[in-house]
Amino acid sequence: MLTLLDFILRLALWLVLAPLLPGLINKVKAWVAGRRGPPVLQLYYDLARLWRKSVVLSTLASPGFILAPAVAWVALVGAALLLPLGPAGTALGFRGDVLLMIYLLALARFCTVWAALETGSAFEGMGSVREVSYAVLTEAAIIAAVLSLCVNTGGLSLGAILAPSAGAGAALLAGGLFTVLLAENCRVPFDDPNTHLELTMVHEAMILDHSGPPLAAILHGASVKLMLFSVLLVQAVVPLGDLAPLAAYGALAGGVLVVVVGVGLVESLLARFAFRQVPFLLTLAFLLCLFALLVAWKGGAA
Amino acid sequence: MRIADWAADDGYRIFADEPTGLVYSPPAIFYPLLTTRYSLLLPPMTGTLNLLIGLSMGLNLMALGSSRIPSLIRAMSVQGVVLGIMPLLMEHHIVWPVALVALATVAVKGAIIPRLLQRAMRAANIDRDMEPLIGFIPSLLLGAGGTIVAMALARSLPLLPEHAGSLLVPGALASVLTGFVLLIGRTKAISQVCGYLILENGIYLFGLLLIHATPLLVEAGILLDLTVGVFVIGIIVDHIQRAFDSLDTSKLTVLRE
Repeated sequence: MLTLLDFILRLALWLVLAPLLPGLINKVKAWVAGRRGPPVLQLYYDLARLWRKSVVLSTLASPGFILAPAVAWVALVGAALLLPLGPAGTALGFRGDVLLMIYLLALARFCTVWAALETGSAFEGMGSVREVSYAVLTEAAIIAAVLSLCVNTGGLSLGAILAPSAGAGAALLAGGLFTVLLAENCRVPFDDPNTHLELTMVHEAMILDHSGPPLAAILHGASVKLMLFSVLLVQAVVPLGDLAPLAAYGALAGGVLVVVVGVGLVESLLARFAFRQVPFLLTLAFLLCLFALLVAWKGGAA
Repeated sequence: MRIADWAADDGYRIFADEPTGLVYSPPAIFYPLLTTRYSLLLPPMTGTLNLLIGLSMGLNLMALGSSRIPSLIRAMSVQGVVLGIMPLLMEHHIVWPVALVALATVAVKGAIIPRLLQRAMRAANIDRDMEPLIGFIPSLLLGAGGTIVAMALARSLPLLPEHAGSLLVPGALASVLTGFVLLIGRTKAISQVCGYLILENGIYLFGLLLIHATPLLVEAGILLDLTVGVFVIGIIVDHIQRAFDSLDTSKLTVLRE
């Protein structure tokens, strides 16, 4: 009974808190630009509005058009539930759940791309191509980062590898994972979430033809993914396992806030990169994670 | 002359008032490269030394990833200065001839050679973009792979016990490999010179292993050679530019009377 309650509480925490993050990012951007900006809860209003609307279906689309966003949403929430939350540990953790998380993220991406291709629109196809080609590099970086954590601690479950800090490679890992976070969540140097030009969109191009509840699922899933990556980044870098429980929760929340403000500042201060520069930056992120792995491996022996 | 004899020095002193042209800020993404675990685990001296070698490894990757010649020159010269102050940390007593050569190394690698190269660039009026034969991403991956291989290789080498915990050998191998990649993969003569200088930095790092065994004069001689070499190359660059209207060395393939 208690486990069930714990599980429901975590689920509620992820689902309710996740849409707060994009709102905070927008607030930071507005603050840097000297505007008032949309309210922090804007995404909640948007989701509620979208949920009440009906779906416009293309005659071309198969049931996958509705199914895929739902699968993607479930996969993202499942991946989020695998992550430990500081001292509370995980609800679903088991040996090797790291791999499951990586695969769930990949499944979510596959479903988003699938839904985008169902529309038969050229813009969606273009966005999908970009999304998938960035993913080739970001997934390599994520795998290198997770490997470095595994080598560092000798554990194979997310709960075990995220409790201590990433060791001396933490700074490397922080840089690499932050870049991956920006790329995976389609933030500014890679993609502009506010863009209105189909030719330059990545994530936004894929969801152009979605409407109603499926669009709400996609948007909410994207916010869960953002929160997932922020929590992963904070736990990989900050040694939450060494802190007292209350301090650890504080550090986790504070760390996520720092990440969010960082994303907002990056979005305010950087322009989007040209497409041919993106692979270069992603390779750098991969190399940062790879060198963190190297430090974990070599440092363990020295 | 054996490679080991090439690079000898006993001690250096860093001067706080480096030339202002040298103040260098790498992209923020590289700052994390400056910290390694070794700095935490090993005694402070080796820790600082390894930190500097880690920094020079990061500079290697910067050199491989930079698409502009000025940033390549900067990466190369900063690496020269970083390596130049290293003997200071290895020696306990610093004597005046050592300090003199230290000044010479930092000045030559950090100021004179970059100035000469920049002057040659201006004189020959080359545009700053490089046209690589090996693209930036492949060369970055090559450099990173080389660094990892160097790390793995250095573990299996029969080193002296006092060198076992240091990154001297992997750092040297990584710099040498970076130098080779730059020499092979860049077409402009000036970027090839930078590749050669990074290669020399690697050999110099190797020489630090033998810091107690080799005379100071050798390092002074190398410095002089380097400077003269870069000076001569500056003149050659100007001549290539005049004869071919380009610095692309791949055009220098036909021999004529």
